[in-house]
Amino acid sequence: MCTMIAQQIKVAGSGKGKEGWFVLQEANISYDHPYDAPWEHALNIDFTNEALGPGARVAVELSPESARLLVEAIQAVLQQAEVGGYLDKPA
Amino acid sequence: MYQTHMYEGMLAETITHHGYQAEVINAYFARPLGAGPFPGMVVIHHMPGWDEWYREVTRKFAHHGYAAISPNLYYRAGHGTPEDVAAKVRAAGGVADDQAVGDIGGALQYLLSLPYINGKVGVFGTCSGGRHAFLAACRLKGFAAAVDCWGGRVVMSKEELTPMQPVAPVDYTQDLSCPLLGLFGDEDRSPSPEQVNQLEAALQAHGKVYEFYRYPGAGHGFFYYDRPNYRQEQAVDGWKKIWTFLEKYLKV
Repeated sequence: MCTMIAQQIKVAGSGKGKEGWFVLQEANISYDHPYDAPWEHALNIDFTNEALGPGARVAVELSPESARLLVEAIQAVLQQAEVGGYLDKPA
Repeated sequence: MYQTHMYEGMLAETITHHGYQAEVINAYFARPLGAGPFPGMVVIHHMPGWDEWYREVTRKFAHHGYAAISPNLYYRAGHGTPEDVAAKVRAAGGVADDQAVGDIGGALQYLLSLPYINGKVGVFGTCSGGRHAFLAACRLKGFAAAVDCWGGRVVMSKEELTPMQPVAPVDYTQDLSCPLLGLFGDEDRSPSPEQVNQLEAALQAHGKVYEFYRYPGAGHGFFYYDRPNYRQEQAVDGWKKIWTFLEKYLKV
C-alpha cells in the first residue's frame, strides 16, 4: 500500500480541469497508489486549488523513469529560457 | 449458505453516524432484510478512497448475511468524486490514526445500537483499511473478529512515524481484543513478507488467536478485479477464508 510518501508545494499558474481552466494554488507530489496507471505505485502529481474543493484537480500518474525525464526536461527548458533572457522576473 | 428456494432481500443506502469526537460523518450501509438477528461488519475502505469497490464489498457482506457499514474516513476532506477526495487525503499523508479509530468506533456503536444485530461485530479492511482494521481491533473493545487484508505499515520504522501516525500498530498487539485473519501476497512490498513475519511473531509472543494466509503469485491488492494486481485464484480462496473465519466467530 500506501507509502504515504507525499509533499505539497505552493505553485502559481493555471490548470485545466473537468470544468475548464482554474487558478492553481498547490501541487501535490506523491509516490503512492495511482488510480489509473497500471502499477502498484506511481509518481503522482496533482495540481490543485484546495479552496475550490477536491474536484479542482489536474492529475498525472507517471512511472519513476518518466518523472525523472520530466524533471530533466523542465530544468533544461528553464535553463534555455534563462540563457535566452526570456524568463520573467518574479512579481 | 444461500439456497435457491430462500428469500433474499437487501437494503443499501447512505447514512450518517457519529465518529471521532462525536462529529457526524457519512457511511454506506447494507443489510439483509428481515428481523435478524444478523452479525455486523465494519468495512474499512482503502487508501484509494471510499469508492465503488467498497460499496460492492459492503453489499457483498450483506449478501452473506451481515449488516455491514462502511464509514467514510475521508469525510472531513470535503466532497467530490472518491478519487479527487482520496487524492487530497493522499497529499496530506493519510488521515490521523486517532481520527480513523474514532470513526470506526462510531460505526461499531451504530451497529450495536440496532435492534436486529446479534451482538457480534467484525471489522474488515484492505490496504490502509487493513491497517486501520488491525489498529481498531487493538485500540477498541467490542469487535469479535478482525480481517486485515494486506495492511501495509502495520510494522513501521521509527522514520515512518508521523504526528498523525505516531505509533506503529504492531506495538498495540498486546491489546488485540479479538481473533485476527490476515491475507497477504508474497510479492507485496508493503507489507513485505518480512513485515508479515514480524506481525505474526508479535501475535505469537502475546498469545493471540490468529490465522494468516500467504499467497504465492500475488502482490498487493489481489482482490481488486479492476486493477492489474488482481489474482483470480488467490482472490477466490481469500474470500472463502474470510467467510469461514467470520462464520466461526460472528455467527455462533
